[in-house]
Parts: sequence; structure tokens; C-alpha cells
Amino acid sequence: MIPLSHYLILGGIIFSLGVFGALTRRNAIAILMSIELMLNAVNLNFIAFARYLPQTMLQGQVFAIFVIAVAAAEAAVGLAIVLGLYRNFKTVNVDEINLMKW
Amino acid sequence: MTLKLGIFYFLAAFTLWAAAVVVLGKNIVRSAVALIFGFCGMAALYVLLDAEFLAAVQVLIYVGGITILLLFAIMLTSRIGVTTARVVNDQVILSAIAAIGLLVGLIYASTSGIPAMSGPPRLPETAPFLGRALLTTYALPFEAVSVLLLAAMVGAIVLARKE
Repeated sequence: MIPLSHYLILGGIIFSLGVFGALTRRNAIAILMSIELMLNAVNLNFIAFARYLPQTMLQGQVFAIFVIAVAAAEAAVGLAIVLGLYRNFKTVNVDEINLMKW
Repeated sequence: MTLKLGIFYFLAAFTLWAAAVVVLGKNIVRSAVALIFGFCGMAALYVLLDAEFLAAVQVLIYVGGITILLLFAIMLTSRIGVTTARVVNDQVILSAIAAIGLLVGLIYASTSGIPAMSGPPRLPETAPFLGRALLTTYALPFEAVSVLLLAAMVGAIVLARKE
């Protein structure tokens, strides 16, 4: 049996990579992809805990389904916002969009 | 047992490579394609964790839905094949410090905070169990998520529509 900490460390590494990408990428779509990576890392942890904790009600898997549904909603709205940004500014680089900054 | 561990390490390395390409890649299309591989590796890890239904859902929704949506958005907003000179903003060093600090904290918590658990005997079937749980114990959150998805869909259409 693979130790639980292996899965948790893998999830932690992917989550940190996602945090780094979300904080540093200039392209708004790349930021959305980094956020999807973070949500996936969290899902991996949920499913690992659902497998290893000594009760078998599968709460972790149920919660992972909700996370996937919210991630789909987030991706749809986020990409619609990116398309709106592109229509108004002709760019999707978030550091060139400084309308509300002075 | 050692075979399972070897499969885990292979899948972990594959997923990490894909995630690194997504985050650090210069070409946005290449990042999106690497994201597909990352989602597939993650689905294989779910199978390793006896969550076959969620692995199928992962492939259907993420690989089949979200990445296609992302690729459409990329094609609508940028010129394909152009690698921009700078893909990161001015906060790289601060962000790297924050991400590495978070990683150290997470690894410390994962290795020292959790006792070793062997796990219960595996369930024979997870999909019927999940379906029953979603329509009995979790009926209210299930309906709330349905309303959220509807609202997000209407919102996305309104935002993306031309005036």
C-alpha cells in the first residue's frame, strides 16, 4: 500500500506550482489553467483521504464531485470574462490592463 | 506492492512534468496541451486510489470539456505559434518565495501531522454508492450546485455575447 503522505506531498507540489503560475503568469488564460491545476491538486487530496480514512462513507469523493462542478462553472465564466477583456483591450495580458489602477 | 509503488512514482513524475510545462511553458498552446496530459495523469492516480467513477468524470469534464474551452479561448484571443518574450510579470521572485514557503509548509504538515494509515478494505463499487449519497444525504448541495451551474452558464453567455 502506498503511504498516504506520498499522495499529500504530490498534491502539495502541484498546488504550489499552481500558486506560482497564478501569481506570475501574464496571460489571463494561463492564470485560469494554473487555477485548474490547484483545484485538481485539492481533488487528489480529497480522494486520497476518502481512500485512507477509516470510515467508508466516501465524503471525500462526494466533495470532489462538487469541486469539479464548481471548477467547470469557474472556467466557463472566467473564459467569458477573458473574451470580454480581449474585446475591450485587444490584449489578455493582465499587467497591461490597468484601467482601475492609477 | 512494489509494482504499485513504481506505478505511482511513474504517474507522479508524469503529472508533475505536465504541471511544470503548464506553469512554466513559453507557448500558451503547448501549456494547454500539457494540461490535457496532466489531467490524464491525475485520472490515472484516481484509478490507483480506487475512485474509478471520478477518474471517468475527470476525463469527461476536464479533458473533454474544460481544455477544449481553454483552447477555443486561446484561439480567439492570441496568435497561434507566437512565443511572447516575457510570460511572467514583475513579481516572480516574491511569488517564488511564497510558493516555496507554501510547499515547505504543506510537506511538513503532510509528513509529520498525519499518522500512518493503511486504509480500509476497498469498496467493491463506488459509482452506485456515490449516486445514492448524492440523492439522499447530499441532495441539498446537489441542487445548489445545479443552480450554480445554470447561473454560471447564463452568465457566461451574457458576458461573451456581442452587444
